[in-house]
Amino acid sequence: MMQQRLTPFAFAFVAVLGLTACSSQPPAPEQNPAGVEDRTPGAIGGATSGVPVQTVTAEPFDPMSIAALKDPRSILSKRAIYFDYDSFVVRDEFKPLIEAHARFLVANPKMRLLIQGNADERGSREYNLALGQKRADAIRRALLLLGAREEQIEAVSLGEEKPRCMEASESCWAENRRGDILYAGEY
Amino acid sequence: MNLLRSSVFGRALAVVLLVLAAAARAQLSVEITGAGASRLPIAITDFGGERIVAQALVSVVRADLERSGLFRLIETGTAPLVDAQAPSYSEWKERGADALCGGTIQSSGDGRFETRFSLHDVARQTSLGGLAFTHGSGQIRLTAHRIADYIYERLIGEPGIFSTRIAYVVKNAGRYELQIADADGGNAQTALASREPIMSPAWSPDGSKLAYVSFEAKKPVIYVHDLASGRRHVAANFKGSNSAPAWSPDGRRLAIVLTKDGNSQIYAVNVDGSGLTRLSQSAGIDTEPRYSPDGQWIYFTSDRGGSPQIYRMPANGGEATRLTFEGNYNVSPRPSPDGKSLAYIARNAGRFQLTLMDLASRQTQILTDSAKDESPTFSPNGRMILYASEVGGRGVLAAVSNDGRVRQRLSVAAADVREPAWGPFNK
Repeated sequence: MMQQRLTPFAFAFVAVLGLTACSSQPPAPEQNPAGVEDRTPGAIGGATSGVPVQTVTAEPFDPMSIAALKDPRSILSKRAIYFDYDSFVVRDEFKPLIEAHARFLVANPKMRLLIQGNADERGSREYNLALGQKRADAIRRALLLLGAREEQIEAVSLGEEKPRCMEASESCWAENRRGDILYAGEY
Repeated sequence: MNLLRSSVFGRALAVVLLVLAAAARAQLSVEITGAGASRLPIAITDFGGERIVAQALVSVVRADLERSGLFRLIETGTAPLVDAQAPSYSEWKERGADALCGGTIQSSGDGRFETRFSLHDVARQTSLGGLAFTHGSGQIRLTAHRIADYIYERLIGEPGIFSTRIAYVVKNAGRYELQIADADGGNAQTALASREPIMSPAWSPDGSKLAYVSFEAKKPVIYVHDLASGRRHVAANFKGSNSAPAWSPDGRRLAIVLTKDGNSQIYAVNVDGSGLTRLSQSAGIDTEPRYSPDGQWIYFTSDRGGSPQIYRMPANGGEATRLTFEGNYNVSPRPSPDGKSLAYIARNAGRFQLTLMDLASRQTQILTDSAKDESPTFSPNGRMILYASEVGGRGVLAAVSNDGRVRQRLSVAAADVREPAWGPFNK
């Protein structure tokens, strides 16, 4: 993971969007309870004779490279920004993600991206298309304020037409109130 | 003679199988869930001539009239009228019929048919006229719908809509199809199939084209599609989203929604994509435009007042007037063909319901008791409103009369149906 620093970008971001500190990260996977030893033989790994060893080559990690877009070590591989019900404000917890993509666009002026806004399924399809657009546009404006250029970004909406989650439940609707960032070649 | 008879019989059988096969493939099935208060008793006798073809045709006429909720079919037996021109009025009066229809279908030998029928007012003991058609074997359903339209118009006093068509979107296993069917759901044909969503189909006023939104380019783009040729072109693909097409009554312009300047706003464009002009100017969302039938106004949805409500502005843009004030979610305005009322979707205690407003008095009436109504569309005679709803978690189409009495449901087994659009009169 990248170190969290308060860059000038971050100041601009907080000032402009008036972000609150309230955080509602999706819950992290539960940790194993401490103090319980795992004694299955497989867990000893390379210490057991006959178990093959995987070779890993240490490569320098360039956070501004195109490869970083898909590298799970990079925040640039994170592309989803979630919104509250009937809200179009980028939540505080997604600040680092948007900052990272803005820095990447500034460093790679030829890169283009598409922001697809989404809405939950309730109500008019066309109105939901407009709500998804508002979410995509909030992400677009944040990227522009952080230095990305207009011609690098297109904000569009998928409305309620491409739900990631298909059930009629609150958690599902929350999953669908989302903006996704896709770089050229990914859509 | 025998050979001739069997070949005529064989051809007739083939035609009937064709009609039945179309009915089986026609994935939309119709269920009548409510009828008018007083239904006119009518006897539609079996037609003479090519009996097997006649039975297929008459069954479509009967189903059309029954589905309208305004007729009650009188048992007729299987004997055709002896004299369809001068029937025994007293006999049919005794059987309880107020109206009587009989006719014939004759093969004209070249694979074509001549169908004649006449309609009678039993109570007044007068003829209400009739028509004659010559048609191919592929036009039996259409001929039946036209006969039903004639009967409906003569007895109800307004044009029938049985020969009109509907468009709708079927979603099945990640595949989207824009389909066109007869108003009874029969004879369904696919105009566009796609792996990406299709929404907001809108008929051109002459019924030859559909405008719609397709996501095949990974974003919403507006296309205009000629149904007979299958040719289509992009009518709007600006940066951002392009959606909600609505035809002007003269068929020359489309009101559309673009986001190229920020939020969703209403513009108008020529059907070929030229001549773009901006019509609405607000800081919020303006969407779902619909022209009034006289072309003077555009009805639309806007959240400029803090919640989505329905407004009206001059068709060339200008100051908007708010029309809905009850509740905090009123969307999808559709003016009736006579311009006197407005159908829309209102949210009442979390339920999205089809609502009708009388534009003169501003009185409103909720027409349904369902919870997920969407996308209303008027029949061209204004009598019925077709809309999308949900039953058992699946998208279905439903129709209700503008007085709320007559109800129908159209569904496709194991698929989602949505986004209905009722086509214009078949000229």
